[in-house]
Amino acid sequence: MTPKKTSPSTTPLIGTEQIALLERLSNAVAVSGAEHEVRKIVLAEIKDLADDIKVDALGNVLATKHARQEPALRVMLAAHMDEVGFMLVDGEDGLYEFATVGGIDVRQLPGKTVLVGKDHLPGVIGAKPIHHTTPDERRNAISLDNLRIDVGNENGKKVHPGDRATFATRFQQLGPSLVGKALDDRLGVVTVIELLRHAPAHIELLAAFTVQEEVGLRGARVAGYALDPQLAFALDSTPAGDLPTWDGEESPRYNTRLDGGPAIYVADQGTLSDPRLIRYLIQTAETFGIPYQIRQPGGGGTDAGAIHKQRAGIPVVSVSVPGRYAHTAALVARLDDWQHTLALMYHALEGLTPAILDQER
Amino acid sequence: MKPLIKKLVEAVGPSGYEGAVRELVKKEVAKLADDVRVDALGNLIVRKGKQGSGGLRIMLSAHMDEIGIIATHIDENGFVRFTTIGDVGPRTLIGGRVQFLNGAYGVIAGEWLTGTDQVHSFEKMYIDVGAAGKADCPVKIGDLAIFDRPMLDLGSRLVAKSMDDRIAVAVLIETLRKLKDTPHEVYFVFSTQEEVGTRGATTAAYGIDPDLGIAVDVTGTGDTPKGMRMAVKLGAGPAVKVRDGGMLSDPRVVRWMADTAEAAKIPYQLEILEAGSTDARAIQLTRAGVPVGCLSIPCRYIHSPSEMVDYNDVQHAVSLLTILISNPIHLQ
Amino acid sequence: MAELKDFLKSLLSLPGLSGYEDPVRAVIREAWNPLVDELSVSRIGSLHGLKKGYGDEPRPRILLSAHMDAIGMIVTGIEDGLLRFTEIGGVDARILPGQPVTVHGRRELPGYVVQPPGWLLPEDQAANKAVEMKYLFVDTGLRAAEVNELVRVGDLVSFAQAPIELTGDLLAGHSLDNRASVAAVTACLQELQHIRHIWDVWAVASVQEEETLGGAYTSPFEIRPDLAVAIDVTFARGPGSPANYTTFPLGKGVTLGWGPNIHPALYEAFKKLADRLDMPYHDDLMPRMSGTDATGIQMVAEGIPTMVLSMPIRYMHTPVEVVSLKDIARTGHLMAQFIAELPADYMQTLRWDDES
Repeated sequence: MTPKKTSPSTTPLIGTEQIALLERLSNAVAVSGAEHEVRKIVLAEIKDLADDIKVDALGNVLATKHARQEPALRVMLAAHMDEVGFMLVDGEDGLYEFATVGGIDVRQLPGKTVLVGKDHLPGVIGAKPIHHTTPDERRNAISLDNLRIDVGNENGKKVHPGDRATFATRFQQLGPSLVGKALDDRLGVVTVIELLRHAPAHIELLAAFTVQEEVGLRGARVAGYALDPQLAFALDSTPAGDLPTWDGEESPRYNTRLDGGPAIYVADQGTLSDPRLIRYLIQTAETFGIPYQIRQPGGGGTDAGAIHKQRAGIPVVSVSVPGRYAHTAALVARLDDWQHTLALMYHALEGLTPAILDQER
Repeated sequence: MKPLIKKLVEAVGPSGYEGAVRELVKKEVAKLADDVRVDALGNLIVRKGKQGSGGLRIMLSAHMDEIGIIATHIDENGFVRFTTIGDVGPRTLIGGRVQFLNGAYGVIAGEWLTGTDQVHSFEKMYIDVGAAGKADCPVKIGDLAIFDRPMLDLGSRLVAKSMDDRIAVAVLIETLRKLKDTPHEVYFVFSTQEEVGTRGATTAAYGIDPDLGIAVDVTGTGDTPKGMRMAVKLGAGPAVKVRDGGMLSDPRVVRWMADTAEAAKIPYQLEILEAGSTDARAIQLTRAGVPVGCLSIPCRYIHSPSEMVDYNDVQHAVSLLTILISNPIHLQ
Repeated sequence: MAELKDFLKSLLSLPGLSGYEDPVRAVIREAWNPLVDELSVSRIGSLHGLKKGYGDEPRPRILLSAHMDAIGMIVTGIEDGLLRFTEIGGVDARILPGQPVTVHGRRELPGYVVQPPGWLLPEDQAANKAVEMKYLFVDTGLRAAEVNELVRVGDLVSFAQAPIELTGDLLAGHSLDNRASVAAVTACLQELQHIRHIWDVWAVASVQEEETLGGAYTSPFEIRPDLAVAIDVTFARGPGSPANYTTFPLGKGVTLGWGPNIHPALYEAFKKLADRLDMPYHDDLMPRMSGTDATGIQMVAEGIPTMVLSMPIRYMHTPVEVVSLKDIARTGHLMAQFIAELPADYMQTLRWDDES
């Protein structure tokens, strides 16, 4: 896709500050239901960006930036703070059984390092030495029952069943890529913070930094109800499955592609995006020469799935930064895709008027 | 009523894209309704009557959407890969035709399978739209289509795609036409996105805040050769739903519906469907809760392109529904 | 304790399947009537009892939700006087053959679940395999003509097993899930009769937990509590149950829920209180969903800070569930003491641990 027109200079940019914030957020631990570390960073970052900030009964951060002109349009932006991870459930003396929280492929776990509890105590998920395994055994995946989180005897005194844990990956930039854990959806969190910073005057901006997305879009449900917007955007990260097929054939399934620009959703498991908003985003991207892609319709979902069913119905669409290897120790996203996502959303908000709701969907 | 049914079942309206059906219904109800509006999810909400003393606010719901497919990939040679919208069975697809919302047509075919008894998974199917290559393909990722099939009038039996749930849309329109006088404020809701999880009814019910909800939808039957075991038959009258896979009807509503049918000598059946659900599920859990029931039109071959209903059942459904909402209601 | 036992036994002798809670609601209503200031029924059948607090209006509200619905069966067809059926609420077909039941037809008919001999079943239901529910019948002993008169599709079938007192404080019966919790809430209300509590207490016997969490989603929308506690049963360690974090010793205390459905500050408050009362308890780790009313309650409207208290029972979802009466009494006492100590400004002090 060739840009028709370069983005005007007003487009907010992803610079060192935004990347530094992403790094802090990516390295923070916020397993679904225990999002306090990320919430703390978000609250500090948006302190001066919003007119009204509250933490609700589930732990969502709900921030309102009032419109400075009429007629105002009440627009909700949602990005989830939580990440997939683990809860220690049993064990003592430093060795713990654990449960997964959110969608995790257990095959991703053996031999990984993890952070445990509020103090980020280091731990490992070991595996049986190859010497003790048989060829038959090695053909089968190692089950969760056979995995333990090991923090060592000494730290075992500071760790308890009920504590959360997650991958210990440290964020880094590798060439054009951003690599880290939990970029799903810390990318969205920073995007929403930047959009709060650059909120257009005619938009009543309702930012929701949600909890428990990975265990059933639970935070978004109450956030959507409480904020009661006229329309909503969910900003998330979606898998890029653009890897070679085993037989070299053309792949009909990739979900999204890296370097393809922001992914606009038409249909996923939880939502049929509002066609008016899909058309509008495509039109905006084309007007400003921002690359974009349509996410392959199919499974998966975002906070939009909960938001659109609140009250008497809320038009929604999701926009995601594509990322390879979501829900593993390290997700790989492209800085360019993120920048284009921010640009698309910025220009979309700038040009959005209540007239869009007068069309029939 | 048959011309109306034909118009409705041959219209194109997959979940989320019910516009064409909505326009059709709007025309039919324009002169009959006290108020017509469309909500944020595209539900068409038609009000008749004003709540008098002793009257209730009643929500009737029939969904406009139908199952379909959505394009996920256009390959180098212009073949279209797809995924499903709603609960589509792979067995009914190969050899069928689809119509895209943009007017394009195509046939569903499958990759070569080694065994003749194998069934294609959706991943192994594609749609051939007659394109010579990718550049020539009239379909792009995210385009929706429905299963194309004209209605077949077999006399007392009617066959069509999307009997689920256009037949109920027709029942609601006819009921509105027949309704002379009612103590109730009746909302005829032509809902959206039922096939993907009763989403339209969820928001319509919140907006209306009804005292009572009745979904009108199709249900399965147990009257075909070595078919599923179920006590419902075609031609034995509309079915009063007791429960389905996602909802327990309010027993007070079931009694009221069954007793009314008996008093009016309208044939009816009691239904227990072990899978699936209807808009009633969504209405029941709205706000502080709503007593709900469901009037079902028995239907063979649900979610195939040839769904079959009995015309007498349909007419009886209109009669029963009309009586139900014409008189004062005392649930007990 | 004897009073508690008798009340619970009266609850266990009643049907009240999900969606059809009328019979059990009537008895709970009678029990709560002298204990609360107002009683009402939600539009889908949950019982709401309000015991007013002594604080200044508007008083904060705490909701105690214990579901009263039970699992059971429902008639799907009648063949030669025998009843085909399906389940309501989650029943393992393997516990059914030989089970005494009551069919709620035009009148109540006693009967048994029966398993036809293997030669009448498809080959895949061979002798040593479990027979699927769709091949089982209920036999009422009546002839076909009479059955056709008395029973129709949609009639309910409930377990007829009478409650039995085992040794010590153990009681066995059907529907202890979740009538045990209804008994605990009742015990709490009794204790509150002698306490000047500031908060309004809304006791809810909720409907349809086993099927749709129907009561959990709807009653809080009407009541709009500031806090909620879901009371349910959890798994006791016993034959056939895994010896892991999902099971707890029977009769050794209540369990305190911990996980995404639970507000961490409420968990801490209950834990501190239990410690202070010298009451035994265990942590019930719920890494994802709690599988209780709390899953629904927490997400109602703008969201509600929610806690889960449970009592371990053995053989859940069979007609011979086993509970310890002591655990029920403890749960009631813990709730009553929590309510007794709730200050008027509790909501202003409720914080996430990252908030200053």
